Amino acid sequence: MRVLIPNPLRSYTREAAAVTASGTTLDELTLDLDRRFPGMRFRIVDEQRQIRPHVKFFVNGSQQRDLGAPLADADEVMIVCALSGG
Amino acid sequence: MAKAGSSKGGATLLVATRKGLWQVKSDPARRRWRVAGPQFLGHVIHHCIADPRNSRTVLAAARTGHLGPTIFRSTDRGKTWHEAKQPPAFREGSGRVVDHTFWLTPGHASQPDVWYAGTSPQGLFRSTDRGATWQGVEGFNEHPSRKAWCGGDQDGTPDGAKLHSVLIDPREPKHMYIGMSSGGVFESTDGGADWRPLNRGVRADFLPQPDPEYGHDPHCVRLHPALPDRLYQQNHCGIYRLDRPGERWQDIGASMPKSVGSIGFPIVVHPRDPDTLWVFPMDGSKVWPRVSPGGRAAVYRSVNGGQSWQRQARGLPATQAWLTVKRQAMCADAGDPAGVYFGTTSGEIWASRDEGRGWKCIAAHLPEIYAVETA
Repeated sequence: MRVLIPNPLRSYTREAAAVTASGTTLDELTLDLDRRFPGMRFRIVDEQRQIRPHVKFFVNGSQQRDLGAPLADADEVMIVCALSGG
Repeated sequence: MAKAGSSKGGATLLVATRKGLWQVKSDPARRRWRVAGPQFLGHVIHHCIADPRNSRTVLAAARTGHLGPTIFRSTDRGKTWHEAKQPPAFREGSGRVVDHTFWLTPGHASQPDVWYAGTSPQGLFRSTDRGATWQGVEGFNEHPSRKAWCGGDQDGTPDGAKLHSVLIDPREPKHMYIGMSSGGVFESTDGGADWRPLNRGVRADFLPQPDPEYGHDPHCVRLHPALPDRLYQQNHCGIYRLDRPGERWQDIGASMPKSVGSIGFPIVVHPRDPDTLWVFPMDGSKVWPRVSPGGRAAVYRSVNGGQSWQRQARGLPATQAWLTVKRQAMCADAGDPAGVYFGTTSGEIWASRDEGRGWKCIAAHLPEIYAVETA
């Protein structure tokens, strides 16, 4: 499926803004992303398998807070990083 | 541990900031300085340190505001960097999450591939491959008393509870000390398999019981490389010295001028003389402003193990200088005379090429400085 990569993570994707990865859940998707782009998962998912506080996942435009959320090949996943303050 | 940063050929400072990493390099006389960088612009760099066993290796602890923590490694003196394959992380199922790696320490000289990392919240990690992968030191992280020593992960201070000051005895790699804010100073004699508190004599006047076994707030602890039985600490409640095998810290902050006090964050030992050390006093009154007392910035040096202190302010602004220096942001090089350096949260680096007698601002307008180390 198509995964849209935010700017802060593009150092892992050789600056690609969109990549292809697979998985039947968000958890599997982030594991596959990590296989393709080593190190990426731990920046967005912590060691207790929780999405990090300032990282959001949108599946076909709807936010998913649970890594167990199911995915289909035709889905589009967008990763968003939120930053505020100086 | 041998200190990097011989002044031969000049000194190099690794300057870790809230917004990236800079290197500040001098001529051989340490008179002229050049600022190079940034690297990792926008990354929060809590600590960057060169390996005294192999000066080509440099490690940096990084995260960003939104992304999780990681470690970057260089094997060419900081020219190029690679991310650790497995950064410090608590055991899955432990319920604990590393917010950031706060402190990096190269291991014993006889273990050239070993590094240690201290994290926020308090965790201790070891790498046996020069920082590529990290494993928890479970003798500490899973110690049945850890929660009693440190409190819960939500009990920390506003910037997060920290494990810092990982000290390795240069005579025995299994003999280690750590400092924790909060928690206190702890010692292991078996390579980290077990730990015990080492805080007798240190006040903890913020606790209901002012003389507890643990729960103290050491800000920075140093072991003298030439006399490893000599420890110094700048604590939330003063300045202390411990001579092992003694168990009771002596209050050496009591000899500081009362108008200045004995509060601060960093403490720096001389590269050769165990009796010489420096502190950067800050205002710890009322709501803890943590700036130079009265706006009169000064370093204080002792040359007799803390029996007495001399003010060292020549070259520093005499008034309206409200400087804050964090616990990793002050260091000395191995030159003779030793160079002493500190970085401020207002982005200035001050240098002395004569052991603190005179000071010169060698860089300004940097982001908030978290750590300054010689390379």
